[in-house]
Amino acid sequence: MAKNPEKDEISGAHTTGHEWDGIKELNKPSPRWWLVVFVCAIIYAFGYWFFFPSWPAPGGNLRGSLGWTEHRELAKEQKEIDALQAKYRDKIHKLTLKQIKNDRDMYEFAKDGGAAAFRQNCTVCHGSGAQGGKGFPNLNDDDWLWGGKLEDIYTTIKNGVRTGFPEARTSQMPAFGKDGILTNDQIEDVAEYVQKLHEGNKTEKTPVYERGKTIFATNCSVCHGANGEGSQKVGAPRLNDDIWLYGGDKATIINTITYAPSGVMPTWGRRISDDTIKELTIYVHSLGGGE
Amino acid sequence: MLQEALFAKPPTIYPKRVWGNYRKIKWVVMVLLLGIYYLAPFLRFDRGPNAPGQAILIDLPARRAYFFAIEIWPHEVYYIAGLLVLGAIGLFFVSALLGRVWCGYACPQTVWTDLFIWVERIVQGDRNARMKLDKSPWTFQKIWKKGLTHCIWIVIGLFTGGAWVLYFNDAPTLILDTVHLQFSNTVVIWVLSLTFSTYVLAGYAREQVCSLMCPYARFQSAMFDKDTLIISYDKERGEPRRNYKAGDSWEGRGDCIDCGNCVTVCPTGIDIRNGLQMECIACGLCVDACNNVMDVVGRPHGLIRYDTENNQAGRSEAKACGKSFKETLNIIRPRTIYYAVIVSIVGGLMFYSLFTRSPLDIRIIHDRNPLFVKLSNGNIRNNYTIKIMNMTDYNKDYSLEISGLPDASVKIEGAGNPQAGHLPVPADSVAEYQVMLATRTSIKSVHTDINFAIKDNATGKVANHTSLFINGN
Repeated sequence: MAKNPEKDEISGAHTTGHEWDGIKELNKPSPRWWLVVFVCAIIYAFGYWFFFPSWPAPGGNLRGSLGWTEHRELAKEQKEIDALQAKYRDKIHKLTLKQIKNDRDMYEFAKDGGAAAFRQNCTVCHGSGAQGGKGFPNLNDDDWLWGGKLEDIYTTIKNGVRTGFPEARTSQMPAFGKDGILTNDQIEDVAEYVQKLHEGNKTEKTPVYERGKTIFATNCSVCHGANGEGSQKVGAPRLNDDIWLYGGDKATIINTITYAPSGVMPTWGRRISDDTIKELTIYVHSLGGGE
Repeated sequence: MLQEALFAKPPTIYPKRVWGNYRKIKWVVMVLLLGIYYLAPFLRFDRGPNAPGQAILIDLPARRAYFFAIEIWPHEVYYIAGLLVLGAIGLFFVSALLGRVWCGYACPQTVWTDLFIWVERIVQGDRNARMKLDKSPWTFQKIWKKGLTHCIWIVIGLFTGGAWVLYFNDAPTLILDTVHLQFSNTVVIWVLSLTFSTYVLAGYAREQVCSLMCPYARFQSAMFDKDTLIISYDKERGEPRRNYKAGDSWEGRGDCIDCGNCVTVCPTGIDIRNGLQMECIACGLCVDACNNVMDVVGRPHGLIRYDTENNQAGRSEAKACGKSFKETLNIIRPRTIYYAVIVSIVGGLMFYSLFTRSPLDIRIIHDRNPLFVKLSNGNIRNNYTIKIMNMTDYNKDYSLEISGLPDASVKIEGAGNPQAGHLPVPADSVAEYQVMLATRTSIKSVHTDINFAIKDNATGKVANHTSLFINGN
C-alpha cells in the first residue's frame, strides 16, 4: 500500500506515495468513466458467454443459450439467395432457348448458371476450358458432331451419346481393321488421303493419295460425305478440317480406322434438371462455335 | 492510504458567457458550418433522367458518389484519398500559420459542444446559475430545467444523425418515408448511434475529447514553430498581478487585476496565465474576456492575445535590456512555404485529373483457358471479355474497332445479336461482351500486338486498350 503521498508544489497534485530508487510518481486521476466503461465491458463479456458460443467444454464448446451457429446463418442466407433467384429460375423454366438468348438479363443469368453447372458436371471430360482432349470434343470450335444449334446442343446434353438410352445419340463406325473389312495396306492408303483432306487443292496427288481417295469413295463417303464434310444426322465427324477427335497424325488415324473407337456421354436428362440443361446449352453455345 | 483515488470524476467546467470579436467569429463559423451540414443534403442538381437529382450524395448500393457535377465510381476512390491528403496538409498549413484555430473554431467537437453549452445557458442560465443549480437538491425547478436541456440536446442529436443519413439517401424521399414511419434498420441504427454519440460527446465528454482522445491535440505541437500564432498572456505587461479598484495607481504593478475572467470563460477550464498548455484550444474567448475587463479599467487591449513565441521572447529580452522591440509576424518562412507548395501540388494534381477524366473506359481480359481455338476453316480464334464502362448519365451506343490484325473477323457474343458497330451500354453502368477474333495466322511469331478502340457513336470519343492475339503456334 502507498506509504507517504506528498504534495508537489508546482502541479498541485499528490504523489502516489511509492518511491523507486528516489523516483516518485504524481497521481493525476484518470477519468472515472474509464473505469466504468471497463467494468461494463466485463459485464458485457459475461452476457456474451451466456448467449453465444464461447468456452471450450467437453463435447466441443459451450453452445450459448441462443443456439446461434454460423451454419444456420449460412443456411438462412442461402434461402434468401434462392428467394431472390426464384424469379429468374421461373423464367428459365418458362422461356424457350431462343427467348433466353435474346433477353439480356436472362442470357447473363443462364450463361453464369451454365458455367457453374459446366464446372461441376462437364469439365471431367471436356476440360476446364471446354477445350476437350483425346476422345473428348472441343466445345469451343465450330466443328460439331451432332449439330451446333441451340436445339441440337440441348438434345445432345439431355439424351447423351451411346448410353443405351432409347433417345440417346448413337453412331457406330465399322472397325475396318479389326473386323477385316479392309487390309492394312488399304487402311494406310486411306489414312494418307484422310490426313491430307483438309489441305484442299494444295495437296500433292501421289499414288498413295489416289488409292486412298478410291477406297474412301467406296467405304467412307456413305457416312462421312463425298468430300469428307461429315453428317450431323448420323454423327459422322467432318474429316476435311484440321480438328480431330483422337488425333490428326498418321498413326492415330490408322488406329481410328482399324479399331473404330467411340466415346460415351452421359444422358444428363436423367441426372440433372431440365432447367440446368437449358442453362448449359446457353453456355456451351456462347463458347463461340454455336450455330 | 492515498490522498486521492486513482480514478476520479473529472471536474465539471461551466464556461461563462463572453462577447467580443473572437466570440463573434465563432458564432459566424458555427452558423455557417452547421448550416452547411444540416441543409446541404437538400440541394438539388439535375443530371438527367437516369441519375439521382441530389447535389451531394453517396449512393452505397449503386457504388457511386456525387458532388454537383462530379461523379465518382468505385475505382476512382483515390479522389477521396486525395481529398483527405489535401485536407490533412491544409490543416498542417493552417496550424503552422495560425496555431490551433481548427480546434477553437471549426472542429465538429467544438462546434457542437459550443451549441450544447448555449442550450444550457438558455435554459439554466449563465455560469453562476448553472453551478448553483447543480449543487441544489432535486427540486421541480431542477427537474424541468435539466430535463428540458437534455431533451433539446437529444433533439439536436437526432437532427445530426438525421442529416448524416440524408447524405446517403435521397433527402426528400427519406424524410417522407420517415413521416410515414417507413424506415430501414440501417437508417435507424445510424441515426440512433449518431444521436447517442452527439449527446455523449457534446453533452458530457466535451473538453476530455480534446485533451484525452484527439490525436490532433497531441501532434499539433509538431506543426508549430516559434512564429506560429498562439494564445499568449503578456507576462511582461501583466505581472506582478494585483487586485485593482477605481483610483488605484498603475505604477509598480502589472495590468492583470486577477479577476479570473480568463479562467471562467475557458471551455477547457485552464488558466492561460500559466502559459500555453496542451488543453488550450485557441478559441480566443479569454482574449475577449480580458479585453472587456481592460475596457472597464481603462487599459489597452491585448493583455491576452494571439501572438508568437518569438515575439514573446523578443519582448522579454528587450525589457531586460531596456531596448525597444518591434513585433513582427513572420508568415513566409520555410515551413509555411513547404506546406503551401505541397498543397498546391496535390490540389493541382487532383483538379487536373478530375477535369481530364474520361467518361468512357474499357477493360479487356484475354481468355486463358484455352488461349486459342483452331476453327474448321483453319483460322485461329482468340476470345476476349471486354467491359465497357459508360460513366455518363445517358444510355449510349458504342462501336468496336480492332487494329493490328489484318483480315480478322470480329464476332460479338452476347444477348440478342450484338454487332461490333452497335454495342449498347445503359447509363452509368458497365456492359460485358465476348469478342471473338479469328484470322489466318503466320507462323513467324507467337503473338501479335493488337488494339481495341471503343468509340462513342454519338460524340466520337474513343477509349483505347492494347491486347494480344495468340497465333496458335
